[in-house]
Parts: sequence; C-alpha cells; structure tokens
Amino acid sequence: MTVKLKIWRQKDSSSKGKFEVYELDNVAPDMSFLEMLDSLNQRLVKEGKSPVAFDHDCREGICGSCGIYINGRPHGNDHRTTTCELRMRGFKDGETITIEPWRAAAFPVVKDLVVDRSAFDKIIQAGGYISVNAGAAQDANAIPVPKHNADVAFDTASCIGCGACVAACKNASAMLFVAAKITHLAQFPQGRVEAPERVKRMVAKMDELGFGSCTNTRACEAECPKGISISTIAKLNREYLTAKLKD
Amino acid sequence: MLEIFNSSIGKKLIMSITGLFLMLFLVVHLTVNLMLLVGDGEVFNRAAHFMGTNPAVRVIEPILAIGFIFHIFYATYITLQNRKKRPIGYTTSASNGLSTWSSKNIYILGATIFIFLVIHLANFFWKLKFESVETITYGDETMPNAYALVAGLFTNYWWYDLLYVIGAISLGLHLSHGFWAAFQTLGWNGTKWLKRLEVVAYVYAIVIGTGFSIIPIYFFLFK
Repeated sequence: MTVKLKIWRQKDSSSKGKFEVYELDNVAPDMSFLEMLDSLNQRLVKEGKSPVAFDHDCREGICGSCGIYINGRPHGNDHRTTTCELRMRGFKDGETITIEPWRAAAFPVVKDLVVDRSAFDKIIQAGGYISVNAGAAQDANAIPVPKHNADVAFDTASCIGCGACVAACKNASAMLFVAAKITHLAQFPQGRVEAPERVKRMVAKMDELGFGSCTNTRACEAECPKGISISTIAKLNREYLTAKLKD
Repeated sequence: MLEIFNSSIGKKLIMSITGLFLMLFLVVHLTVNLMLLVGDGEVFNRAAHFMGTNPAVRVIEPILAIGFIFHIFYATYITLQNRKKRPIGYTTSASNGLSTWSSKNIYILGATIFIFLVIHLANFFWKLKFESVETITYGDETMPNAYALVAGLFTNYWWYDLLYVIGAISLGLHLSHGFWAAFQTLGWNGTKWLKRLEVVAYVYAIVIGTGFSIIPIYFFLFK
C-alpha cells in the first residue's frame, strides 16, 4: 500500500517547526506503525536527509516510550494500543496520515516527534514511591492484602507513563497519570503510611510543572493504552481533599 | 487548610460545591415555576409571594448570588488558565467515542446560560424587586401579579419563548455533564458509582431541561 505522511518536523526545541509531506510506497499492511516510519527514515538517510526523530524502545506496548498523535488521536485510532502496536492494516491505501508530537506546555518538543516527558519523572520524584526499607521479599501471607485492593493495584500499576492522557486532555492535564500512581500506592499497608504527604506533594508538583486541571471529559480514559479508569481520579480527589482537610 | 484553594483540585472543589448548591436551587425554582401551569395564576402568585417574603428565603438569596458569582468567576479563571497549558494546538482531531459534546463544551454552555441569566434577571427579578408591577388581591391579601408578568412576556413575544427554550436546553446539557462531574471532583465516585451517577445526571438534566422548556411552550401554544 501507499501512504501520504504529513509529519511535524522541528529541528530542536528552540526552532519553529512545520509539517512536511512524504509519499511512502511498498508499505506492508502487517507492518507496525513504527516499522513504517523506520522504512521512511531509511529512505531519508539514503537521500542524505535528516530522519524523522521519534521515541521508541520495547516495541511491545510496555515501556511507554512511543507516543505519537496520529490522525487526531494519541497512539492512533485503535483501542487500547500504543503506537508501536498499531498496524498499517488499519489505514487505507492512499490515505493521508497526519503525525504530530504530544502537545502540552509541560512536554516541550525536543526534535520532530520527540517530546521531553521528564515532568512525569519529577512528579514521581515528588512522592510516587514508598520510602520504607522493604528488605528481602517477605512471605506472601505476611501482610494480608484484600483481593479487591490487589486487583486495583495491579490495574493501576499497569500505567506505563506514556503521556497519552496529557496529549488527549483539552487542558493537558496529568490527573490520570497522577491518579494511577496515587491509587496504586494507596492499596497496600506499606503505602498508606505516607499517603497524605505523597498526594499533597505530587499534586503540588503537577500544578507547578504546568499541567492543566481536570474537566472530566474522560478523553484520558478513552486514549489510555492500558484502559485506566477515571474512577482513579475520584480516588485522587478523595485522597487529596481528606489529606488537606486534616492540615 | 485554606491554601487548598490554590491547587488545581481545590479550585475544582469550588466549582463542585457551588455547582451542587445551584443544582439544589434549580429544583426549588422549577417546582415554583411549574405552578404557572396550574389554574389561573393564583397558585403561582401565592408561591412567588411566599418566596419573595419568607425570611429564610431572604437569607438564602445573597448566598445564592455568591454561589453564582463564584461559579462563574472560577469557571472563567480555570478555563483561561487551562488554555495556556497547550500553547501549540493540534491540526487534527478525531472522536474518541467516550467524551461527550457537553463535557468538551462545558464553558461555552455556561457562557450561553450566563447570557440567558442576565436577560432572565432583567425580565423578572429586576422588575419584581425594583420596579412597580401590577398587584392582585386574593381575599384580604394583596401581592404583585407575577403571573401576569410571565404570561405577558411569553404570550406577546415569541422570540422570548424561543430564548427561554434555548436557555433551558443549554442548562440541561450543562447539567448532564456538571451533575456527575461535581461528585467526581468531590471524590465520591468509583467504578460502580460512575455509571450510577451518570444515569442520575441524565435523569436530572432531562427533568430540569424539559421542565423549564415546557413553560414558554405552554404559553406559546395554549395562551
């Protein structure tokens, strides 16, 4: 198949970017979206042009590196997939595909489709951890955890920090990311000890780094490749408000 | 503790609490208004007179005004702040199948309701409160003929009927998102409650939206 690619090109964070259009032939329908970009890049390198920069690592949907805004949606049109899991068979022959980087004040463009997502790391550094010395692995039954809590923890721990929630939100809010981390760590007795301090510090950091607030449009939930529910945002609000009311 | 309102969640808390308070007011307002559809206006006039003279209502009135002001002011402030969070926008957009139109346009709907509110206050509240309106006597009780004021507006000017229906529909759409979102912001939500609150939100929004629409339509068609 043949596709027409309209790709955002930007030399570095300080230069002004623009769209460039490339025609690409011989695209196999079974190719992943990133493999398709690889083949474009091979051609660009052969032609002595600068290849399109994009983030990628595991290419199996678990690292959270690849994040591209494709035809108006983060990670493209497929439900609960990352960009690397997206296949070219989902596109029509001859289709124009618009490819943009994540857009958010807190995620500045580094080059082309690569954005700086270290703001997420800074939020985690502000409190997204348990600071007790856990020691060696304990006997599985030493600390009883209800099944429900274990399930919620598993579901929320599946957040890969790709940033699709921020990219999808009309306010570029990081609420779903923070909510997943808060909900995850609040499920266990070890995590409860620091829960009030953790939520206050992480929310303060999120606000400081220039993420917007939540309008409850559920765009984040719809685009999250791991299907994390906005019920975690309610949990975050609950944790935050109770922690603040006790101040 | 007050520094809670400096945070993004704290500002949304103000939207949530004022919103819930205003939603409670709408129920009272609609209940009184539906009396317009009963009889020749005595029931409505007596209800309006009770609301206009009752000391408890007099105390709540300024609190209600503060509720409106905070809700409108913070909505504008939060929206302006949020718009700065994405300085360069996307060139394409596609539906995600989950976000409702009302949720994405909650501020536009709010602004429409605000314009309606100003006209609405000028039509009735201002006239009854600060201007002399015709009075009516039932037995030995004399009171402003609020019914005549409403009926006069809705039977003589079809565009006011249209305007009030547009206002009511905007309000219904605003509430279809705002109702459950208010509870979400308060943290009262979970996977089970999310669905339940959404259903209650739709029922509430339909009751308020159609309830307020019926009145001008009734006067337009039958009076």
